[in-house]
Amino acid sequence: MAKAATDDIHRAIEAVFRIERARLIAGLARMTRDVDRAEELAQEALLTALTDWPRTGVPDNPGAWLMAATKRRAIDGFRRSAMASRKHGELAREMDEADDGVAAIEAGLDDELGDELLGLIFAACHPVIAPEARAALTLRLVGGLTVEEIARAFLSNEPAIAARITRAKKAIAKAGVAFEVPRGAELAARRAPVLEVVYLIFNEGYAATAGPSLVRPPLCAEAQRLGRILAALMPDEPEVLGLLALMEIQASRLAARAGPDGRFVPLTAQDRARWDRLLIRRGLKALERAEALGGADGPYALQAALAACHARARRAADTDWAAIAGLYDRLGRVMPSPVVELNRAVAHSMAYGPDAGLALLDAIADEALLRRYAPLPAARGDFLFRAGRLGEAKGAFEAAAALAGNEREREWLLERAAACAAPA
Amino acid sequence: MRVMVFVKATEDSEKGLPPTTEMTEMFEAMGKFNEELVNAGVMVDGDGLKPSSFGKRIAFDGASRTVIDGPFAEARELVAGYWVWEVKDMDEAVAWAKRCPNPMPGPSELEIRPFYEMEDFGDAMTPEIAAHEQMLRDKLAGE
Repeated sequence: MAKAATDDIHRAIEAVFRIERARLIAGLARMTRDVDRAEELAQEALLTALTDWPRTGVPDNPGAWLMAATKRRAIDGFRRSAMASRKHGELAREMDEADDGVAAIEAGLDDELGDELLGLIFAACHPVIAPEARAALTLRLVGGLTVEEIARAFLSNEPAIAARITRAKKAIAKAGVAFEVPRGAELAARRAPVLEVVYLIFNEGYAATAGPSLVRPPLCAEAQRLGRILAALMPDEPEVLGLLALMEIQASRLAARAGPDGRFVPLTAQDRARWDRLLIRRGLKALERAEALGGADGPYALQAALAACHARARRAADTDWAAIAGLYDRLGRVMPSPVVELNRAVAHSMAYGPDAGLALLDAIADEALLRRYAPLPAARGDFLFRAGRLGEAKGAFEAAAALAGNEREREWLLERAAACAAPA
Repeated sequence: MRVMVFVKATEDSEKGLPPTTEMTEMFEAMGKFNEELVNAGVMVDGDGLKPSSFGKRIAFDGASRTVIDGPFAEARELVAGYWVWEVKDMDEAVAWAKRCPNPMPGPSELEIRPFYEMEDFGDAMTPEIAAHEQMLRDKLAGE
């Protein structure tokens, strides 16, 4: 066979494998209770497929085929292992009995597909794992990103990310985390960190905290995909839908958020024709469903409702700032945080004038959490500017620029400072 | 990346929808396939379109606009339905498309077309940013 043709077949097989990989690892991790082993077995299954499929063609149900191939290998592995404990022996016997050909496995797969994948997501976001490692592990196991891709996404380096993932896996093994979907009260407690991880990944793409470019759309896309998976597998959880709605609506503005020169464009100055109406529609639909399920006052649903207020305004001037101020009042009650208070101040300044904003800012001026937070002086600068106090505004913008982590944002703040010195 | 997947029309689909047993089975299989797309976070949008006999074309020539009523000839050049998928690359889109049950009673065709993305608009990337990105990448690779 010509090399080009073989390459094509291999690429096609790898694409099929990528689709199946997360579910495969999920099933294997549940079976072996060992993520590393699960990843190895999945990799071996890929090699088998690369050998077999060019001859036999891609099977009708590649997921079931890969699972069956891997299960056989896992059982052989257990038997061969001199260290195999009695428990493993039993497990192998159980699997043998269960292994009544591909049909039985297929049936099992159909039943549990979603459940297994969900179990893997819950394990990767488990509270025993250090928070910064949860995102890396989730992107690796569920998103299928390579260590190199994750390192690039987080502007880190491969050894650091690899070490983070290894530590995360060790933490899972040490705590004996089951790759199951938690039930009852535990489900509620464990859901929060899952949503946090997904939103953290999204935000790292949406509001790049460091580095030269303002947005990293592939990270947003990955987070949206995770959000969509969660919403599909937990369709009646209002906060899952709230998070999905929030991400879809925010992502609708990705193309408008950076100007043609790569510079930051604030929401009110964005070209709304460049907003992605399809994502807005999806976001509004998810939000509607979250609210219908009684989740209107969930932190994510409220943030989505805020994003929706902007999405519904065809022109910046049409924005219903009083509604936004009201939503921030509610958000401040369910999710008290200085950052929410800051945004609440911005909303009140837009609805009721710069002095209303300044009064709310004064209440949080001494928050330790906001001491090095550029948006605080940036907001103060904006309120002062609008109140005609240009000298004070200039100082605030310069202070904000000195704190900005993103170069694009810094440029924009310095421009605003310059505009205070020479008002047009 | 985002792709649009067109379900091409056939002479049968252009005739409308006679609810045969075969069709019912296809709809069932299609429902399962759609569910799989949703569960994988791939499905963004999708729907079916009525036959071209319900459609109209507007032909442009300079300042003139002529409205042409359907149905239109060349069934295989027409679209009977579409999806919007979010996938990693074209290989993944092809892998999903191959999994789709045949959407029509006879031979039929899907066509996958990528959307333009932000990266396709090169002017947003100034030489300075590009150089800086490259520098960062080199730095990461060196460590």
